[in-house]
Amino acid sequence: MVTAADAAAPDAAARGLELAEGTVAGDRRALARLLTAVENRTAVAEAGLRRLHPEAGRAHLVGITGAPGAGKSTLVAALIGEIRGSGRTVAVIAVDPSSPITGGALLGDRVRMQSYASDDGVFIRSMASRGHAGGLAAASVAAATVLDAAGFDVILLETVGTGQSEVEVAAAADTTVVLEAPEMGDEVQAIKAGLLEVADIVVVNKGDRPGAQRTAAELRAMLTAVASPRRAGVGHAAGAGAAGMAGAPTSAAGAPRPRPQPKRPEVLVTTATTGDGIADLLAAIARHREGLGAAEGGIPVRRARAAALVWALLGDRVRRRLEHPDLAASTAATLDAVVRHELDPYAAADRLLAGLVRDGAADHGSRHEHEV
Amino acid sequence: MSERPIKVLIAKPGLDGHDRGAKVLARGLRDEGFEVVYTGLRQTPEMVATAALQEDVDVVGLSILSGAHMTLVPRICGLLREKGLDDVLVAAGGIIPDDDLPALREAGVAAVFGPGTTIAEVADFIRANVRPLA
Repeated sequence: MVTAADAAAPDAAARGLELAEGTVAGDRRALARLLTAVENRTAVAEAGLRRLHPEAGRAHLVGITGAPGAGKSTLVAALIGEIRGSGRTVAVIAVDPSSPITGGALLGDRVRMQSYASDDGVFIRSMASRGHAGGLAAASVAAATVLDAAGFDVILLETVGTGQSEVEVAAAADTTVVLEAPEMGDEVQAIKAGLLEVADIVVVNKGDRPGAQRTAAELRAMLTAVASPRRAGVGHAAGAGAAGMAGAPTSAAGAPRPRPQPKRPEVLVTTATTGDGIADLLAAIARHREGLGAAEGGIPVRRARAAALVWALLGDRVRRRLEHPDLAASTAATLDAVVRHELDPYAAADRLLAGLVRDGAADHGSRHEHEV
Repeated sequence: MSERPIKVLIAKPGLDGHDRGAKVLARGLRDEGFEVVYTGLRQTPEMVATAALQEDVDVVGLSILSGAHMTLVPRICGLLREKGLDDVLVAAGGIIPDDDLPALREAGVAAVFGPGTTIAEVADFIRANVRPLA
């Protein structure tokens, strides 16, 4: 079936391919242009990402998250220096919030990272969240794939300033670093569910402030305590990092779902402005990456990420098919029936899906309808 | 998606420390619906050009109150061209004498906004003159 988007595609596909080839060849302008297409979710982006997917998978994706003003950008700047000092290249995706009122955004993370203008081994890109909740932009994961394919060794994903529950970064990154400021709260804060739960590494930044070591000690005491094995199995097992994305179980169908393992993050103290503790942090990040190992079926967080991407695209494509002129009228009729309360939403979804399956079978000239 | 936001870099090249105007403009353009990258004080021409390239901005706005615009602005415009950013709209603001305008235009500056310019004027100028949004 040829969709309207496909009809306009040849130009966009050629452009996407051209930008992707440029990106792989080290053309920074092509890379920047492709990132714009990815942010705008155009047909150019799709063509580029298809070309680049086989090139990606080598970079270490590190998420940096924490409250506004905790020092994320300053820490990222310090990490850039440390990573370059070790001879590796680094890209940064720094997300700041978009205005829910005007759609505008003030992207200010670069202010702290401007010392690397003449270093081709550093690439920094600011992104507006554009209404996406969860701490990242909708395009952040795809943007990381582009930077990965461009050959950067480490990709730092800096979230918007987060509160307690913006845990999406844990699904987008291989290693998640959560920043806390000294005196962030008492021990009860440390045992609340949410952001700290998804941390692979907890950093108490502004280590030169009073209370930093005490905060770190409290966090260490509470976060590294062994959780009772009986704690699992209660409530939904969304698992760390699956929030906001499809939390597909990684086990084979029918097998008992593995109990989510509570993370026991390392707790470090840094002073990003002076560089104190940054080398230790980079070492901890590297240790965590090594610890991910090569589990069967891939590193779990990467498998979950791949699944989430595919499920999201599947949803987009199903919807695009249902809104195609061939089907739009019957889709609208089904929705109307739900509005009139003649059809429940579950039955409507089943009906639309069944229609698609028949349509797809006819499309391929198959005389046999497949049962679902 | 057809209506993507226009992306603007607001930069303060040179050594003067007066960034209130640049910050007010950055905030004002944010409220006009632009995505504004603000890079802070004391930017070298290389920093400005690199930020423009990596961020793939549609517009570069330069705020200069030091009097060094005749050195800095042509240098930045040259670097932008060198990096292939010919289609980026360059505008300048700050304290810039009228006598310097022809030379700045020659260097590639599309507009110079002096004291008293409103945010709306700047926003309208950008919308009317920005490159087509791909």
